[in-house]
Amino acid sequence: MSGPLLNTASDPRDELVDHLPAMRAFAISLTRNGATADDMVQDTLVKAWTNIDKFHVGTNMRAWLFTILRNTYYSSRRKAKREVADVDGIFTDSLAEKPAHDGYLQMADFRKALAQLSDEQREAVLLIGAMGFSYEEAAETCGVAVGTIKSRTNRARARLAELMGLKEDEAMEMTDDATMSVLSASKVSSF
Amino acid sequence: MSGHEKNRSNEGVIDENLRRVYQETVDEGIPDRFKSLLEQLKQQDQAPDREA
Repeated sequence: MSGPLLNTASDPRDELVDHLPAMRAFAISLTRNGATADDMVQDTLVKAWTNIDKFHVGTNMRAWLFTILRNTYYSSRRKAKREVADVDGIFTDSLAEKPAHDGYLQMADFRKALAQLSDEQREAVLLIGAMGFSYEEAAETCGVAVGTIKSRTNRARARLAELMGLKEDEAMEMTDDATMSVLSASKVSSF
Repeated sequence: MSGHEKNRSNEGVIDENLRRVYQETVDEGIPDRFKSLLEQLKQQDQAPDREA
């Protein structure tokens, strides 16, 4: 190819590749299965490519892609009721477990806790808490009211705090590794 | 620390872990199949009338 490629520079499809890692991470958070997530991402890519005229240039492409992705997921979930138990849960298949040396909650326990949430709560809290979506963007992505996203996020955070033993009436130093290990072990190992 | 401040602090801990879980997945990288798929889609568009 040669010459000034004006169209190429402004083709929003060229941006798709930049969103692939986020799409895949979001898909894994929904499906909790790497292979299923990758199939969903593939479907989403094809749909996005062929429907690019429906994307409004200048708006949030990631939110648009996530909308397609979650619609793909929820329509397939309706068709084929879930076969995989929630508890074995989110990310555990696809990610290696890492020991907590650094004051983080133990990741394996945290993922199990995350898997306890409903799909709707999990996606809300991930969009808001991890991916930096605004409440408005998340609401648009999920096709619900802003207030619904807020309440799902709040309930998800409260449930995670409960599952991880983060009680609001207990003063705890969250930086203490030993404390965290004990808390994680005592609160989550019963699943 | 008041209850409200404690909630704020819990929220920070939870979000930190959410970001970490998310980032670990992002850091896994992208299977090659997606890049090949994008290449295929691009080629189909460039030669819509021909079967390659």
